[in-house]
Amino acid sequence: MLKIRNLASGYGKIKVLKNISMHVDPGEIVTIIGANGAGKTTLLSTIAGLVKATSGEVIFKETDILRCKAATIPGLGCVMVPEGRQVFATMSVEENMLLGGHPVQKQGRAVINELLEYQYELFPILRDRKNQLAGTLSGGEQQMLAIGRALMAKPSLVMMDEPSTGLAPLIVKEIFQIIVRLRDEGNTVLLVEQNAKAALGIADRGYVLETGKIIVQGPAEDLLENKDVQRAYLGREK
Amino acid sequence: MYWQEDKECMKRDELEQLQLERLQSTLYRVGTHVPFYRKKFNEMALDYESFASLEDIQQLPFTVKQDLRDSYPYGLFAVPLREVVRLHSSSGTTGQATVVGYTKNDIKNWSDLVARVLCGAGLTADDVIQIAFGYGLFTGGFGLHYGAERLGASVIPISAGNTKRQIQIMQDFKTTALVCTPSYALNIADVLFDMGVNPAGLSLKFGLFGAEPWSEAMRQEINQKLGIRATDNYGLSEVMGPGVAGECSECNGLHISEDHFLVEILDPDTLEPVKEGEVGELVITTLTKEAFPMIRYRTRDLTRFMPGDCPCGRTGKRMHRILGRTDDMLIIKGVNVFPTQIESVLFNIDGTKPHYRIIVERENHQDRATVMVEVQESLFSDRMSQQRELIDTIRKQLSSELGIGVAVKLVEEKTLERFEGKGKRVIDKRKL
Repeated sequence: MLKIRNLASGYGKIKVLKNISMHVDPGEIVTIIGANGAGKTTLLSTIAGLVKATSGEVIFKETDILRCKAATIPGLGCVMVPEGRQVFATMSVEENMLLGGHPVQKQGRAVINELLEYQYELFPILRDRKNQLAGTLSGGEQQMLAIGRALMAKPSLVMMDEPSTGLAPLIVKEIFQIIVRLRDEGNTVLLVEQNAKAALGIADRGYVLETGKIIVQGPAEDLLENKDVQRAYLGREK
Repeated sequence: MYWQEDKECMKRDELEQLQLERLQSTLYRVGTHVPFYRKKFNEMALDYESFASLEDIQQLPFTVKQDLRDSYPYGLFAVPLREVVRLHSSSGTTGQATVVGYTKNDIKNWSDLVARVLCGAGLTADDVIQIAFGYGLFTGGFGLHYGAERLGASVIPISAGNTKRQIQIMQDFKTTALVCTPSYALNIADVLFDMGVNPAGLSLKFGLFGAEPWSEAMRQEINQKLGIRATDNYGLSEVMGPGVAGECSECNGLHISEDHFLVEILDPDTLEPVKEGEVGELVITTLTKEAFPMIRYRTRDLTRFMPGDCPCGRTGKRMHRILGRTDDMLIIKGVNVFPTQIESVLFNIDGTKPHYRIIVERENHQDRATVMVEVQESLFSDRMSQQRELIDTIRKQLSSELGIGVAVKLVEEKTLERFEGKGKRVIDKRKL
């Protein structure tokens, strides 16, 4: 699905990512964990085409998307749920959703309606509030909207940047359950998280990013047992 | 039958992606956590952080047995000792012992890799596995033990030795699979015969043998005497222990677990890769070991990659059974001779028993090799001419196989010492 080799990127003279290689297979939840400033968001932004890579390759379903404009990438089936939700506060919930459906608009109203229906079924609270302005939603609801909006593009890969940020533990649990459900329904998820324990709890595999490099990777259950990971990210010292 | 089908039957490009990812993170870890490698990388001005392809492995330094000895006991560990849950020591086939360690994850991976080998050989959770490898610091016993438990089989941790008891238990416990060195398997077969036990009456079906080089002829001998299907498996404590590679039931080479080990076959003199399919020294880099990662460990074992795909469907490269060791290669009269070559010849001659010794001496600056081989008792009671004929046949076949002349001496059955672990068949008396 997604294959990254030796990716380097950054902002101007500041090199953030160094020689990143990783992959995501269809139907997996893969998580990237790491401390603040490790380069997690930069990695997702580089895949999404928002930050320019300096070298390496990012192959998404046979296409090297480093050569693609950011705006065309969702159309290929790779969408991002940005950090901090970034919903359009002054637009209604449904308008936000429809914007997310932009890449599949050509397939006609029926397809869009079907997708809307699917999202409302996944997040019943959004149906109740579909005419409400997005800015009036709670943090958890906004996160659901951000995910629903991304799913409107009928993506084959959903990238999520810190979906748990600023949410109450109960809401985080709910969001993570939804991510698991997405995977169980055949979706593929690349999840960036600071909440390593929760992320590893639901992921199939994980990569640990430290100062722009992947220092450990493997099955999520192995990473939970890895003492380096425990010390640095799980706040546990045995 | 596969243990971890998604890994054992991976597509080549997916495997190589995984290998690269794992190699890169292994390099970061050894470069930061293991002073030995950090120093080496610095000395070579090696920018391991921009290591971009599997081919780049040729820029990496080698690790040899002496490095392990110099770092005795814990110098090469990549994690603090408190994270190590198991310690083993090399079996010390040659020279001073070395120490290796395992984290919880390492033990888990190790168990899975051994389970792959067992599963590939045809074993299932229904089998009763008698592990006649020595238990203790040697990785053979515990390695197979954990793998067999992981498989879900019933394990008999009998350890090596007390051959009569081995056979008693084999009969009473209805052992279906025997795990030991090939020399011990032969030893057991002989005692079985002496005790008058008919192998057809045993439940034994499989034999998984390893820890020393053996020949195809020896396999046939064991198969026939014990009525089993013997498969070869390979490993060494320096990189993990058993489970690095193993034969499937096709018996046509050992499948290497390439998702955990990056293997190269190099010319031991030039240290360049040999041509595809040629014999060279096996060099292994671990890709997932946490406690004791190894970069380009020179195994001293000689083998070659096998061509083509295996009908079993596993996609990992296969290596030929070990052809010998760079350090047990004898140089007799300037010619390279491996004990396994001599073994193959002896096993194919009627009248000989599969027990032999090779004695190398030097007299007046001349090398002289003598092969002592056990023969059927009847030969000694019969005419001398028959003995002479046999000696002649052996000598001719050996000299055509080896390219040098060797002396042959027949000895009576059971005069040569038997082995319970690794056999020591070469006695080199030369003072060089």
